[in-house]
Amino acid sequence: MPGDSAASAPGQSGTRTERPVGRKASGSRWGRLLEGGLPRGGVQGSPVLRLFMRWVRRPLLPVMRLWRRNIQLRIVVTTLLMSLSVVLLLGFVVIGQVRNGLLDAKVKASQSQATGGFTVAQQRADSAASVAGNDSAAELDGERVQNVVEWMTNLVNSLSSGGQGAFDVVTLSPASADGETGGLGPRASGGVAWDLSVPEALRDRVDDGTSAVQSYTRIFYTNGQEPQPALIIGKQVNDPTGRPYQLYYLFPLTQEEKSLSLVKGTLATAGLFVVVLLGAIAWLVVRQVVTPVRMAAGIAERLSAGRLQERMKVSGEDDIARLGEAFNKMAQNLQLKISQLEDLSRMQRRFVSDVSHELRTPLTTVRMAADVIHDARVDFDPVTARSAELLADQLDRFESLLADLLEISRFDAGAAALEAEPIDLREVVRKVVSGAEPLAERKGTRIRVLGDQQPVVAEADARRVERVLRNLVVNAVEHGEGKDVVVKLAAAGGAVAVAVRDYGVGLKPGEATRVFSRFWRADPARARTTGGTGLGLSIALEDARLHGGWLQAWGEPGGGSQFRLTLPRTADEPLRGSPIPLEPKDSRRGRGGSDGAVRHGGGKLATVPVQAVEHTATRAPIGPLPGGGQVPTADPTALPGNGARVVSRAGVSPAAPPAQRSSEDAGQTEERLPEDGSEEQQGKQEQQGEAFRGR
Amino acid sequence: MKGRVLVVDDDTALAEMLGIVLRGEGFEPSFVADGDKALAAFREVKPDLVLLDLMLPGRDGIEVCRLIRAESGVPIVMLTAKSDTVDVVVGLESGADDYIVKPFKPKELVARIRARLRRSEEPAPEQLAIGDLVIDVAGHSVKRDGQAIALTPLEFDLLVALARKPWQVFTREVLLEQVWGYRHAADTRLVNVHVQRLRSKVEKDPERPEIVVTVRGVGYKAGPS
Repeated sequence: MPGDSAASAPGQSGTRTERPVGRKASGSRWGRLLEGGLPRGGVQGSPVLRLFMRWVRRPLLPVMRLWRRNIQLRIVVTTLLMSLSVVLLLGFVVIGQVRNGLLDAKVKASQSQATGGFTVAQQRADSAASVAGNDSAAELDGERVQNVVEWMTNLVNSLSSGGQGAFDVVTLSPASADGETGGLGPRASGGVAWDLSVPEALRDRVDDGTSAVQSYTRIFYTNGQEPQPALIIGKQVNDPTGRPYQLYYLFPLTQEEKSLSLVKGTLATAGLFVVVLLGAIAWLVVRQVVTPVRMAAGIAERLSAGRLQERMKVSGEDDIARLGEAFNKMAQNLQLKISQLEDLSRMQRRFVSDVSHELRTPLTTVRMAADVIHDARVDFDPVTARSAELLADQLDRFESLLADLLEISRFDAGAAALEAEPIDLREVVRKVVSGAEPLAERKGTRIRVLGDQQPVVAEADARRVERVLRNLVVNAVEHGEGKDVVVKLAAAGGAVAVAVRDYGVGLKPGEATRVFSRFWRADPARARTTGGTGLGLSIALEDARLHGGWLQAWGEPGGGSQFRLTLPRTADEPLRGSPIPLEPKDSRRGRGGSDGAVRHGGGKLATVPVQAVEHTATRAPIGPLPGGGQVPTADPTALPGNGARVVSRAGVSPAAPPAQRSSEDAGQTEERLPEDGSEEQQGKQEQQGEAFRGR
Repeated sequence: MKGRVLVVDDDTALAEMLGIVLRGEGFEPSFVADGDKALAAFREVKPDLVLLDLMLPGRDGIEVCRLIRAESGVPIVMLTAKSDTVDVVVGLESGADDYIVKPFKPKELVARIRARLRRSEEPAPEQLAIGDLVIDVAGHSVKRDGQAIALTPLEFDLLVALARKPWQVFTREVLLEQVWGYRHAADTRLVNVHVQRLRSKVEKDPERPEIVVTVRGVGYKAGPS
């Protein structure tokens, strides 16, 4: 439909409708943020799991919020984490260095000790062999073995005797494949448990070559001593008989390990201090920056709240001071500009006010003169007489235009004051209706008043409310095409409402908001003929706003329109809803909907099938609007303040209870404006003039 | 006979036009264009009604109104270009009985003038009591304990209207019609201001009125006698 795009695009109402949607989106974004990496998607299936996740997340929420909002916390925590990792890295490097340094010396000393030992062992073996060779070449094998065993024991003793506590010596005969040891069992000095202390791998490497091989190990003792870390150096050496055996030197590293752990402890303590101190420093430093920033934020808030004289305290010449100076300069310029603008607007207001006042005195003279002439017109020739009539008529119009302009300028200047006192809206309606009777008779219209059984009392400015209602009623009569005009009153919750319904041409899409624009005319050509200031509904809207109330329009092309004034029951109380739905029950859609409900049997509203997206107002029978006609429930779809009209979309299940509906679709349903009410519209404009003439 | 109207207005064209209209309606207008000379002219002319423009050279209309009211209860109708509450209330508080906002129609002006003048027709002898006040309608006097209280004719009418039907609560609209003689809706601020002025004269404690009681949300009624 051609109206569709136009319906939602123009005017404030269009943007207004977006707002709830936007808020929702941002809300979910926050939600996602809060959840962090929690696997939301997978959780959604199971309510139990979801509950659990919520339970887990809840205590974290304040922390997350603090994290998001507090830059100081963030920086301190980041500093702590980073300095911790730096200290850890540093510690590992330092400890590695120290260990290397300590071990290098030990290893060198041990190597020379071991090399000496190996040489001595070799020499002894050689000398023993030569002696044996000379003396007892013919000795029996058994004797020789006996000698070697003895020799070996001596060797171990002598070798180890040099380094009591500094090293131990172990000899192992090669693990020959046949398992024969030749009587040479392993020997070890200082109670070393050789089998545990000498790693298997080392033994193999010693077997493989003749050079010295070293490794780290732990020494285990057979005498119950604590095992110790040690350096072990082994070599294959020949015994006097020429058979190889393995000689190992074991150097305990106890001392070195003690030194190292001392260094580690020191480093850890120092590191911890450094981290903590860095955190504290970061906190202090950030505070230096953050405090002025927070101060600036606070002062900016106060500035924006209108306290323009607020300034930051500036001390020193650093960047923060520059920030403060710049901020203050900005505030000063703002203050200057604002006061300039205020002066300007005050001058302009004065000007408008003065102009209209200055206009009034000559206008009074002209008016009186015109009336005198008008009264005497019977004595004139027809042309002059007609001129006198035109003069008087147009003076009326001129006057009402001037009055409206002055009224609008009063609103613009914020000079309009509300004189609220408890009034019964029925009285006002009665007065307005009786005032509009003559016009209604001329148009052949009947004005019906509904909902005036009980008092409808609200704190309001009777003069303004009367002006608004007179405007609405006169408009409705003028555009009602002789059909009935229904004025409906209702009170519910903290609100009262008066709705004026006509069955005339209605409103085109988008016009429901535009009718409130100043000097807006749907069809300029036609508007001229009836004349009207074009300010009536604008003033009415301002009057409603002054009360903290709403003035809204609904209309459908060819189906008439409804203007609804909602006022809070007590001044200062914010409006949450209106007792009368903006779209009347007997709108075309409403009527169609009830038919549909009947067809579906039982009149069960909730079962009315949801219509697909064909939702122009001219179409589509849908369930009756929620809230029904006089049902005094709040209509939360009502939008505050401006004239936005609210029509639920066909796609939305129309039978949902109002409250629920509001939460679901308040943002989306709106702005399905009916087409073709344009003529109606202009008409409206014209009437305003009428409406005001009565004022 | 009752028809001398003093027009205090600096706009000569308007004054002349007012003269034409007033004469056409059978009044005898006289004119003064300067606030400073207004009081002298008032004493000289002894008008039955004063039409007073608020914006005047020399003394402004408010001041002139106060001066006239200080020595006379003659009805004063203000002409004002400003219909803002403050301006109107200040004007009424300075002693004006009624005001009319420019631009006005001649008929409206004449109707208001007639309404102000009509009330001075001789009333039937009647004694009324309201609170501890005794009202002599024919003698046009209000007394408390034999002590006369000076009221302007308008204030007197207001008090009499309330006292005649002490059982009735008067809405502001009804009072406008009965006291001011307006058949159409007019500004109810007139009533508020004049009730305040009346209270300041007849109440022992204007903060806690006993003679003219406010009925919240409706209007006013006479206090119990």
